[in-house]
Amino acid sequence: MRTNELIEMLSTNIEPTDHGRLKRGLGLAAALGTGAALCVALLSLGVRPDLHNHGVLGFLFLKVAFGAGIVVLAGWLLTKVARPGGETRARPWVAATPFLGVMLLAAFSLASAPSSHWDRMLVGHMWLECLVSIPIIGVLPFAVLVWAVRRFAAPTDLVRTGALVGMAAGGISAIGYALNCMDDSVPFVALWYGGTIAFCTLAGALLGPRLLRW
Amino acid sequence: MIASETELRSLMRASLDGDAAAYRAVLDRLSLYLRAYYRGKLHRAGRSPSEAEDLVQDTLIAIHTRRHTYDVDQPFTPWAQAIARYKLIDHLRRTRTAMSNVPIEDAGDLEAQDDHAGVESTYDLDRLLAKLPEKMRRAIRFVKLDGLSVAEAASRTGMSESAIKVSVHRGLKALASAISQGRGR
Repeated sequence: MRTNELIEMLSTNIEPTDHGRLKRGLGLAAALGTGAALCVALLSLGVRPDLHNHGVLGFLFLKVAFGAGIVVLAGWLLTKVARPGGETRARPWVAATPFLGVMLLAAFSLASAPSSHWDRMLVGHMWLECLVSIPIIGVLPFAVLVWAVRRFAAPTDLVRTGALVGMAAGGISAIGYALNCMDDSVPFVALWYGGTIAFCTLAGALLGPRLLRW
Repeated sequence: MIASETELRSLMRASLDGDAAAYRAVLDRLSLYLRAYYRGKLHRAGRSPSEAEDLVQDTLIAIHTRRHTYDVDQPFTPWAQAIARYKLIDHLRRTRTAMSNVPIEDAGDLEAQDDHAGVESTYDLDRLLAKLPEKMRRAIRFVKLDGLSVAEAASRTGMSESAIKVSVHRGLKALASAISQGRGR
């Protein structure tokens, strides 16, 4: 095939392009992924039974806000990195700010508590459940986001894009898991939520080059 | 002759609004840039320059099917360059083992046809089209190769106009993926 024939073919009868397609596609995928993760979390784990207790709603809000903040940040960076050459316009350290923020809060919280409580605050009751649930609930939103990136985007840095997809999926999953999680301490959120979302980010970075090729 | 950023950017903006002549100009200019870029890079990677034209076409199709990812508020050249570079790396990675024993004389043979206006790739459009479902093939033939309007193509095939548009769009995507998986030869 001659290149000028190809150009002729591609440019004949072109349609106006929809500028918002990439953002809308990724936004839709994030919404679908969130819906799926909430369904999985509610069906498998349910909502914690002690919602009426004093202070519980505050901690639930903190966990959901941590997850949502991560999703919004990762999604925002993703709309940049998912475009060709976008990796030069997004600073990767920005993605670390919610983790650093929650670690700082955890440090304050630990500093203001007697050291005999530290063990209970950090490890909690259900650390293993948290460690297992967040990556598992994250599988569905991860798959939906990978599909959307393949369909609507064109990333040229697949490691970074994969990492952000993993981070967003981890954040979505944390929102779902938070509805059930009964461990109410900031150090627990920093360690187990932060740690598992970081793990999802790493997994995404490793899978990105395989899954996101176009 | 490499066009300036300002010129390319305004042409690309017009293209995204549906200006076919502007789009042709963009692709024409990019093909010159891409050909020079890939020949140089392939040569330095110790590869045959005959692969360059496949890469040029592969990249033009990628630019076409992903053109909505260009953010009109950003410079155009880095966007196009990023795709060119991505397609080069992808190509080198994909063909690493398969092409490692290309005889040197083949490279010389094919280099001789380089300077013609209509440089050819090893892709065979008819064979690529033959692999598409009937609807997509007819839609692409009428609208993209014969230059019929969408309305004319719709009345000839008995399909609706939106079905024609969808078939053209999906057909080009299918062609692009067939090419980038090396099934078009």
